[in-house]
Amino acid sequence: MLLQRFLIRLLTMAITLFGVAVVVFVVIRVAPGDPIAMMLPPGATDADIARLRALYGLDKTIVEQFFIWLSGVVRGDFGTSISLRQDVLGLVFNRLPATLELAIVALLMALAIGGTTAILGARERGTAVEAGIDIASGAALSIPDFLWGLVLILLFGVLVPVFDISGRVSPQLDLPFVTQFYLFESLARLRFDLTKDLLGHMLMPAIALALPLAAIISQLLKQSLKEVLDLDYVVLARVKGFSETQVILREALKNAALPTLTLVGVQFTFLIGGTVIVERLFSYEGLGNMAIDAVINRDLPLIQGIVLVFALLFVLINLAVDMMYALLNPRLRHG
Amino acid sequence: MSAVVKPCLDIRSLSAVLPNGQRVLRSVSLSVQPGEVRALVGESGAGKTMIGKAVLGVLPTSVRIVEGDMLLEGEDLGRLQPKARRTLIGARTALIPQDPLTALNPSRRIGPQMTDRLVRILGWSGQRAETRIRQLLDEVQIRDPDRVTKSYPHELSGGMRQRVLIAAAFAAEPRLIVADEPTTALDVTVQKQILRLIAQLQREHGTAILFVTHDLGVVAKISQKVSVLYAGKVVEEAETADLFAAPQHPYTRALMAATPRYTDPFASLKPVDEAVLAGLAAEIAAADQAWRRPHG
Repeated sequence: MLLQRFLIRLLTMAITLFGVAVVVFVVIRVAPGDPIAMMLPPGATDADIARLRALYGLDKTIVEQFFIWLSGVVRGDFGTSISLRQDVLGLVFNRLPATLELAIVALLMALAIGGTTAILGARERGTAVEAGIDIASGAALSIPDFLWGLVLILLFGVLVPVFDISGRVSPQLDLPFVTQFYLFESLARLRFDLTKDLLGHMLMPAIALALPLAAIISQLLKQSLKEVLDLDYVVLARVKGFSETQVILREALKNAALPTLTLVGVQFTFLIGGTVIVERLFSYEGLGNMAIDAVINRDLPLIQGIVLVFALLFVLINLAVDMMYALLNPRLRHG
Repeated sequence: MSAVVKPCLDIRSLSAVLPNGQRVLRSVSLSVQPGEVRALVGESGAGKTMIGKAVLGVLPTSVRIVEGDMLLEGEDLGRLQPKARRTLIGARTALIPQDPLTALNPSRRIGPQMTDRLVRILGWSGQRAETRIRQLLDEVQIRDPDRVTKSYPHELSGGMRQRVLIAAAFAAEPRLIVADEPTTALDVTVQKQILRLIAQLQREHGTAILFVTHDLGVVAKISQKVSVLYAGKVVEEAETADLFAAPQHPYTRALMAATPRYTDPFASLKPVDEAVLAGLAAEIAAADQAWRRPHG
């Protein structure tokens, strides 16, 4: 039964990814802009153009091109980048860890900020503290992530320069890393000097990405908490002698977190989408930054590879959210 | 020997208001002696649950106490710091809630929900709390305590959940239990069993109970004393036997007349008499006016 559900789940994931592949493949070929024109100097002959076109397989029909590409993808061959002349899969896996680290740090910050303010607001419900939290989260939510990025660059990069405004790590440092997960590896190797430098670069883009999500978590979780705090079992816990903070943490939080969890899953995929612009803003060497270059250069194989990896990421996040939901809700576990 | 027995609960002219200034409790005075069951009877909205919540310190934030004292075994609850009051209430009182379906946390197992007060508020060892809970589950006639303590609430019936809540209420040997319509949400056959169980545990443990109900039949079965409540005001107070033998206040008589009788349900199923309610309204208006004069 469980195996059957899992297999169905895998099948839907495969169908989703196939759909994404088709759409991306067709759209970037139908949209205006020719990669061949970008590669050749002005004044190239028609024969040169035709030869290059044939070299990249662009002279075949879209359907033919698609199945050639798809048969490669199934074997793990995503083709060669037109602009960088390197293996697409290698390029993507080289950049993906940087983006994942940024997204995870941003998510943790959003959960910490949103969760804390939600709990505080629920405990101090009806007071000036709650009103203050509402105003702050309204402001955080109505400003998009890239604008937060600019605000942060102005505040902490220019006016009070405490953070590095560009790149992933200071270029003069010797990096002993064997993986591309610099931040996690620096923690694992106990090289906290490097951790500090990496965080110095990562903190501003992470905050920019985290603030809108933190505001959403704060508002939704606070609302759910306030509803749960009127329920009978919470009243009973107060009669038992537990303080309001204990009541929130022990009785209310887990039940109130369920609706928030679903939303965080969806919003986290938006956050990853947001890395594209925010990475560009901070010249952070991640997948999003590479995606923009790929689009500008009409690098069809690279765009396809990046989009497919992003899609896989989104599908996996949704799967993880569903599994956590079942884990937190005992009524679903037995059903 | 006439040593004055300190009441277990002593409420003295307690008044509470809503934000719009309307009084919801009107100078309520009542006391519960140690080991005694005091019924609090009245229609919906009469404020009987409010009194129970006021004692336990869990009034809704919109309701504000403006006057009066509540003494729990001689300790003035209004004079204690919030933390001290919370701990005192946690140690000496318990609540048997109205609806067993909503009074247990759906995402926690039954066992920890029963032992948490013993361990975390009263500082018992986990072992001792465990033993105590098994003893109480046996007293409420739950035959398979292992299964029950490992269950989630949704795996138990309403009657079972109410037994669990009763066992948890008695577990810490509280001096006072507030029973807030504990049988209302159950079906009729289970109601009787639960009522009998509460009465039995009350006798064996000698616990004082403030028993909130709208059901005069329940009052007659379980309580020694009754306070009849209307619109947040105690209109009559008496020994239960005396009240049923000779109700003094017209409202009490009207309430008794309005109680359905199984011998002739349709003839007896009727609202409280209009003339009595009009009289009450005048009585309460006069009381409010007299109260407002010194309170501005």
